[in-house]
Amino acid sequence: MFSHLSASLVDGLLIGFVYGIAAMGLSLIWGVMRVVNLAHGATMALGMFFIYYLFSGAGMNPYLALPLAALLAMAFGFIVYVVALHRVIQAGYLYTLLATFAVNMIIIGIGTTVFTTSPRNVDFSLGSVTLGGEILQGTRLVAAAASVTITGALYLFLYFTRTGKAIRAVSNNRAAAELMGISSARVLALSFGIGTMLAAVAGSLTATFFPFTILSGSTYQLKSFVICVLGGLGNPLGALLGGLILGALEGIVPVFMPVSWVPVVEFGLFVAVLVIRPSGLMGAK
Amino acid sequence: MKKIFSFMIALGLTLGLAGHADAAQKSILIGFTASQTGKLNVEATRQINGLNLWVEQVNKAGGIKMPDGSHVLVKTKYYDDESNKDRVQELYTRLISIDKADFLISPYSSGLADAAALIAQQYKRIMITTGASSDSIFKKGYTLVYMTYTPASRYLTGALNVLLKLDPAAKKIAIIHENDKFSTDVVSALKGYAEEKAMQVAMYEGYDAGTTDFAPFINKIPKGVDAVMGGGHFADTTTFARQLYEKQVATKMVALLVAPPEPKFAELGEACISVIGPSQWEPVAKYSPEAAKAENVEWYGPTVAEFLKLYADKYGKEEPSYHSAGGYAAGMILEKAIEASGSLETSAVQAAIDKEDMYTFYGRIKFNTTPNLHGLQDGHEMIYIQWQKGKDGKPEKVAVWPASAASAAPMLRMSR
Repeated sequence: MFSHLSASLVDGLLIGFVYGIAAMGLSLIWGVMRVVNLAHGATMALGMFFIYYLFSGAGMNPYLALPLAALLAMAFGFIVYVVALHRVIQAGYLYTLLATFAVNMIIIGIGTTVFTTSPRNVDFSLGSVTLGGEILQGTRLVAAAASVTITGALYLFLYFTRTGKAIRAVSNNRAAAELMGISSARVLALSFGIGTMLAAVAGSLTATFFPFTILSGSTYQLKSFVICVLGGLGNPLGALLGGLILGALEGIVPVFMPVSWVPVVEFGLFVAVLVIRPSGLMGAK
Repeated sequence: MKKIFSFMIALGLTLGLAGHADAAQKSILIGFTASQTGKLNVEATRQINGLNLWVEQVNKAGGIKMPDGSHVLVKTKYYDDESNKDRVQELYTRLISIDKADFLISPYSSGLADAAALIAQQYKRIMITTGASSDSIFKKGYTLVYMTYTPASRYLTGALNVLLKLDPAAKKIAIIHENDKFSTDVVSALKGYAEEKAMQVAMYEGYDAGTTDFAPFINKIPKGVDAVMGGGHFADTTTFARQLYEKQVATKMVALLVAPPEPKFAELGEACISVIGPSQWEPVAKYSPEAAKAENVEWYGPTVAEFLKLYADKYGKEEPSYHSAGGYAAGMILEKAIEASGSLETSAVQAAIDKEDMYTFYGRIKFNTTPNLHGLQDGHEMIYIQWQKGKDGKPEKVAVWPASAASAAPMLRMSR
């Protein structure tokens, strides 16, 4: 029983890091822009396909393709912000919600036509390593390491660079930040770009160990919402913590009961957090 | 006037002779629907390719040879069912009532074949089902419906026989399967069979369609299981096989549904080596007249090599799948029965099909004739393929079971 438990917990935590990265993008966009990005899952799926085609078409190592995916996703985020969000950002939650939903539908529609809904698989394996008696898949280990690195880089960027501080300033008080000479439009575009980049990177990492279709993003988007609520909406570090909690639950619950109970426990916890601590574990009270 | 009269006489004679010739050359009309559009298009097209090849071959030989020396030509009539169950019943009714089809072939897939079988029985027409493996069609008391495929309930039982042959001491298996009707039917029969063989089913758990992370299931596999069996459809089974390899699950056999026979499965590389999968038929199958003779069963129709050549000549590079082989075999079932009975009457042909027991390039064909399971395929066995390392070190698909079809010996997973 203990060996099952430890193996499952480790597997769950490794996946949890990637969930955390995905949720971090959603959380950042909400925290800075007050926008619920319903195109988040679709962007993750685009990241998956990007890696797939570079790997299977051009033979590029998926991890070398990752920075390219990140850059393109950021540019894509800027474009989406300018085209779909900039004009409605002041109009209230419902308008931005509908705008991102429309972007989601456009991506899914075009993606279904171009890629179809046939499952794809990045046939890339790093084998396994044995650590402390546990057999760990190489791709999951690298994904977890990449997630930790990205989280660290994001933290340094937000807290120790001028642009990062500007993002936090806009997040705290947009009007005051503008009075201090910060262009909120640029900051909002950059935040949406970073959020989109995180989604695409999470998608790219996920594609190295799970198969996917253009519709796969919706599952991870739903998980991201749960994670954001667990960790505290608007708090990127809370998102990582939430990701780890969700991953651990997905690992541990099946040891004690059938796997079909996992969503019941996850959403039970989701409701419990909403009732007991609506701001999340690391959110402001 | 005289000229006109002469012309009329000549015309009458010509028509009369033509009519006489037509009467001498008997023919039968075989009706079916083909999913030319919709989600089943690919498999259905392969099936119809196989059937059309059979029709072409029979007619090329002058028709079905009757005991009195005469020949019966085969004609076909078909409609596109759009992969839609609702269209099937309407179209089969039309085939029988308006087109006057003498015999029927089923559409592809268990769902569509089930809908068509009801009409065939209702209108008293013999239907050979192909592309349909559900047992349930044959538990409805039909007397005129006959199955070409091995039933779903026997998809994985042969894999257990392979395990017991390689390791008679094997005692424990784990079953992890997709929670859909087909996979559940297959593994529930497998579980029963394993228990019959006094084996312990140490794990029996289902996963939802679309599952991508199998780690929670793999971590639960008890230590010391001799085989991991189950799976579901292509995408999930491929991922499952890959994760079993990456987690280095120590077991003697991995036998999974649907995905292993697909050539794309080889893209898993090292992870596909030793994985076993059931298939209705494979081009590497080694069924032969000699193997049939050894079992004292009659051989009928072309050999595997002849079928492959005929198929390649007609369809070019497209390799025949088991759907194509099933289409051809369905035609042969009718052909053999008409030859044997010397009649085109439904009751006479039905009696002849009931008695059929033959080996073909597709394998053995024999039907259950008990009232409860009439028409169920009893003779045909699944072919079990296994991915082994070829001479160039790359994965190579070989047939390992049954012995009459095997192109290589099966191997245990731990010896790879």
